[in-house]
Amino acid sequence: MNAEALIVLLYVLVLASFVGFELISKVPPTLHTPLMSGSNAISGITIVGAIVAAGPLDHSVSKWLGVAALFLATLNVVGGYVVTDRMLKMFKKKK
Amino acid sequence: MTTDLLIQIAYLVASVLFIMGIKMLGKTSSARKGNTLSAVAMFIAVVATLLNSQVLSFTEIFVTILIASAVGWFAAQRVEMTNMPEMVAIFNGFGGASSVLVAASEYWRQAHEASLTMPVVVAVTVVISILIGAVTFTGSLVAFGKLKGLINGRAITFTGQHALNALLFLAVLAFSVLVVLDPNFELWMIAVLAIALLLGVLTVIPIGGADMPVVISLLNSYSGIAACATGFVLNNQVLIITGALVGASGIILTQIMCKAMNRSLVNVLLGGFGQTGGAAASGGGEEIVVKEVGVEESAMLFDSASSVIIVPGYGMAVAQAQHVVRELTDLLEKRGTSVKFAIHPVAGRMPGHMNVLLAEANIPYDKLIEMDHINDEFANTDICLIIGANDVVNPAARTNPGSPIYGMPVLNADKARTVIVCKRGMAAGYAGIENELFGYPNCLMLFGDAKASMTKVVSELKEMATA
Repeated sequence: MNAEALIVLLYVLVLASFVGFELISKVPPTLHTPLMSGSNAISGITIVGAIVAAGPLDHSVSKWLGVAALFLATLNVVGGYVVTDRMLKMFKKKK
Repeated sequence: MTTDLLIQIAYLVASVLFIMGIKMLGKTSSARKGNTLSAVAMFIAVVATLLNSQVLSFTEIFVTILIASAVGWFAAQRVEMTNMPEMVAIFNGFGGASSVLVAASEYWRQAHEASLTMPVVVAVTVVISILIGAVTFTGSLVAFGKLKGLINGRAITFTGQHALNALLFLAVLAFSVLVVLDPNFELWMIAVLAIALLLGVLTVIPIGGADMPVVISLLNSYSGIAACATGFVLNNQVLIITGALVGASGIILTQIMCKAMNRSLVNVLLGGFGQTGGAAASGGGEEIVVKEVGVEESAMLFDSASSVIIVPGYGMAVAQAQHVVRELTDLLEKRGTSVKFAIHPVAGRMPGHMNVLLAEANIPYDKLIEMDHINDEFANTDICLIIGANDVVNPAARTNPGSPIYGMPVLNADKARTVIVCKRGMAAGYAGIENELFGYPNCLMLFGDAKASMTKVVSELKEMATA
């Protein structure tokens, strides 16, 4: 990666952070737990990196580190989304 | 080439869906859809990644995904709502660990391709990713252990703790610089990893139970930042965007929690709250004399009340009393009594903990009122029922400048005509200070397990209705 590519990535980072702050400062306290577990599931996005790392056909250390990463990231993603859905299903307005 | 372009477009679509999903998570009416949308985004990102030409070992990948999904799904279905903080903590730790492993894998690959000297940019990003990921991992594990009661939940402090942490922090910085200077020398990297793991443990250990909402929010933010750093390692925008979203979300929640306790983040992180404060407060106060009340009398009080505000706290979660509280609510409402719930931002062990528990018990969310919106209503309320909450209703926070919690925003429960406190015993709250509310003339103590007491009150009330 060269310096130019890095700058582009930094742009992405800064802009995404602003979007994040804008979106989340409006979330009502009722939803704080689901927000937390939902965003927790989203942070499992490292699954994308884990798949690439686990990708090679060889049996290098590097590949098996990737497989381990994949296991944990998948757990994080699936568990996070399912538990968030379970919670949000319970939030009901007055009948 | 065309496949690569396709992958990039898929990542772009996923990023947009993630942002929309988070936006929808911010409204009760659309939150569930928002969560589904972000799951779809994740699915798209995963499928796109499988198309990557470097991804060849499909057997290992699919088997791993299958097993991990089954475990994750099972755990998520089984967990009790009261144990949600632990669940979030442990998943958070897995996210951090996964960032570490991805970065380590990339590092190993680059360090062992003989022809290659690692570019400085890669070395820097790998170090950051490993550092933050490792702190997230062990920090979350300690938080999990504390919440689950495997480790002493109170603040664990020892002399020289801050000095040790500072020293380790400097050491990790020094080793990080060494890695960047000589990326192919693995020992430096291992040193960074080891110290970061240790730092994760040492920084969470001095933080006590009721400060957990802050810590969990902060670790949540770290896991996002770790994902973000991994994005820099792999030159992958979707990781950076989503990592930044999660990082921002965690930071905002952390700020809200700190504000609700009137403490700075630094103050929370340095830990040890409660030990020092306790001594200062107990010196000035005289013995508090409390008035006890029985279940029968409590039921009679409820019988004649026309408005009730319930203040739930962590004790309600521990006693699993949320369902019987719902029964009480239904019963009172059937008799025309108005019932509302007052929710303090740091009630429970994670942000919004009480809201989830009460939602589980089928209490509509529009009955749960935030502190700022309900505080003026206590004065016009017949009964304020406090279940398992303590520090968040301590009037000393408003009146006693000498109290360690002075200045913390609290619920004005003491203003209600009658206050009934349902509590196991006279033990002090998390802050280790006496609650002068318990000695107020309008305050009655209903000692016992919250679930058992409430069940009895409910059956008494039912009898009164039939008699």
